[in-house]
Amino acid sequence: MFISLFGAVESGIIYAIMALGVYLTFRVLDFPDLTVEGSFVTGAAVAAFSIVNGIPPIVATLLAAAAGFLAGCLTGILHTKGKINSLLAGILMMTALYSINLRIMGQPTLSLLNEITLFNQLQTIWNIIALDSVFNGILTAVGMERLPKTWAIVIVMIIVTFGIKYLTDYYLKTEVGLALRAIGDNKKMIRSLSANTDSLIIVGVGISNALVALSGGLIAQLGGFADVNMGLGMIVIGLASIIIGEALFGTKTVVRATLAVILGAVIYRIIVTLALRVDFLETGDMKLITAVIVVAALVTPKIIQSRREQKRRLIKRQQLKVGGDGHA
Amino acid sequence: MLKLNDISVTFNEGTPDEKKALRNIQLELNQGDFVTVIGSNGAGKSTLMNIISGALIPDTGDVFINEKQVVHLPEYKRSQFIGRVFQDPMAGTAPSMTIEENLAMAYSRNKKRKLKLGVTKHRKEMFKEYLKTLNLGLEERLTAKVGLLSGGERQALSLLMSTFTEPDILLLDEHTAALDPSRAQLITSLTDKVVKESGLTTLMVTHNMQQALDLGNRLIMMDKGQIIFDVSGEEKQKLSIEDLLHEFQRIRGEQFGDDRAVLT
Repeated sequence: MFISLFGAVESGIIYAIMALGVYLTFRVLDFPDLTVEGSFVTGAAVAAFSIVNGIPPIVATLLAAAAGFLAGCLTGILHTKGKINSLLAGILMMTALYSINLRIMGQPTLSLLNEITLFNQLQTIWNIIALDSVFNGILTAVGMERLPKTWAIVIVMIIVTFGIKYLTDYYLKTEVGLALRAIGDNKKMIRSLSANTDSLIIVGVGISNALVALSGGLIAQLGGFADVNMGLGMIVIGLASIIIGEALFGTKTVVRATLAVILGAVIYRIIVTLALRVDFLETGDMKLITAVIVVAALVTPKIIQSRREQKRRLIKRQQLKVGGDGHA
Repeated sequence: MLKLNDISVTFNEGTPDEKKALRNIQLELNQGDFVTVIGSNGAGKSTLMNIISGALIPDTGDVFINEKQVVHLPEYKRSQFIGRVFQDPMAGTAPSMTIEENLAMAYSRNKKRKLKLGVTKHRKEMFKEYLKTLNLGLEERLTAKVGLLSGGERQALSLLMSTFTEPDILLLDEHTAALDPSRAQLITSLTDKVVKESGLTTLMVTHNMQQALDLGNRLIMMDKGQIIFDVSGEEKQKLSIEDLLHEFQRIRGEQFGDDRAVLT
């Protein structure tokens, strides 16, 4: 149980980078960008292909992000310069990327099992510091028997993801970032304040997909393979993370909202892991579970809200009645 | 300062819905002019504003700002030197962003936007000083989201945002029309104060004749895409609503019609 939860947090914190990317388009730019389904795989494909061809894993990972940035920019250009509806622009890009991803990998699945990945390298450095024994020692002390293989990935990825969060927060508070946020809020107004909305959208969608592809590249290295279909349903997973996070932690400020997205991504993974432990559910049910989670996260706050309103009105009516009786 | 030369715009050309929105408009504004524009619905007032702001490109004619031909400059580039307040109080501000963030965006209007923090301590102080001039207590609510403000407050903020960088030209597009009378009065007097203090070259479209007479040093009346009446200076000061209606009747040979109720 603990091991599978540990695994959920480990991959959740990497998927959180993807969720941050989706947050940038869906929430900040108000641009429902489906490129994500393709660019996630592009990230994985570029990272895997580069590593297989002997490029250092860290460079391979950065190349993955760059490829995602390019794909995102293209979607942005299709939308702004080509005047294609945002949803359709994303779908077109996602479709095109499927072929491109296949071309990059040369085959539907590319294995990294015999390659040195970023996480292998991390492990080597980590072993020198020997922190694992410290953490596992603590766990053994509290009576745990099955221990996680390594803490390296989870700890380093928490640092990386929060680093990205910090950069995103900062970016969204800069002069450029403010203009970017205004696009999703009031496009007409920011244009009347001399902001070039077209280029802001292009760069914004680019950055978003760079994060998504970075996440894809890391997931490929974590799982040990890149697969042309691994992006399937990615957009819903990203949305699920955002919605769960927002429902639980709120969106009062940008700093809060991005934190909510990260925690949402981790919680989503935990929910899926727990759901898959239920006997009658199979791995293939994951998409269904995701959809149910999103629906639940969307509907529950509304139900709670209307219940609360009903109760409030009921109390008001009763108070009036009591008051009325008193007068009579 | 602003010069429109022989501007013509036709919508839906070649179809039964063809409409000549502007016909050979000739207009020149001097530095510091405050011009009020009146006219019935469909007279071309809004089209004129859109031509100046760059939201619309005219079929023919030139637009000069500071002697510079800008007719092919896109809206976002032109807005470096044009401030604009829209009729809809929701249109001029970003609701889910805070007051200070909105002001910061407006402050970047005439500068290149950089990867520097938009709201700094120094700027906060400056924004507070500007907000104090509105007398609405907004200086105490810098971090409040603009969506929480009332229509009047949002419009006052829009006015501040479009003027405090002192653009070359200020366009006011019926900016008090959607407010209740007391708020409209507040925005009107704020407008008067701001324009007087900073001497902005201003073009204000209004449906309210009294407002058009009270404000500014020049008044133009539009009808069917043309400027049919143009008074300024002392002559304008002496004008009354009755005079305006007579003038319209004299020029057009018809009643100002159904719009009378709207206009007075």
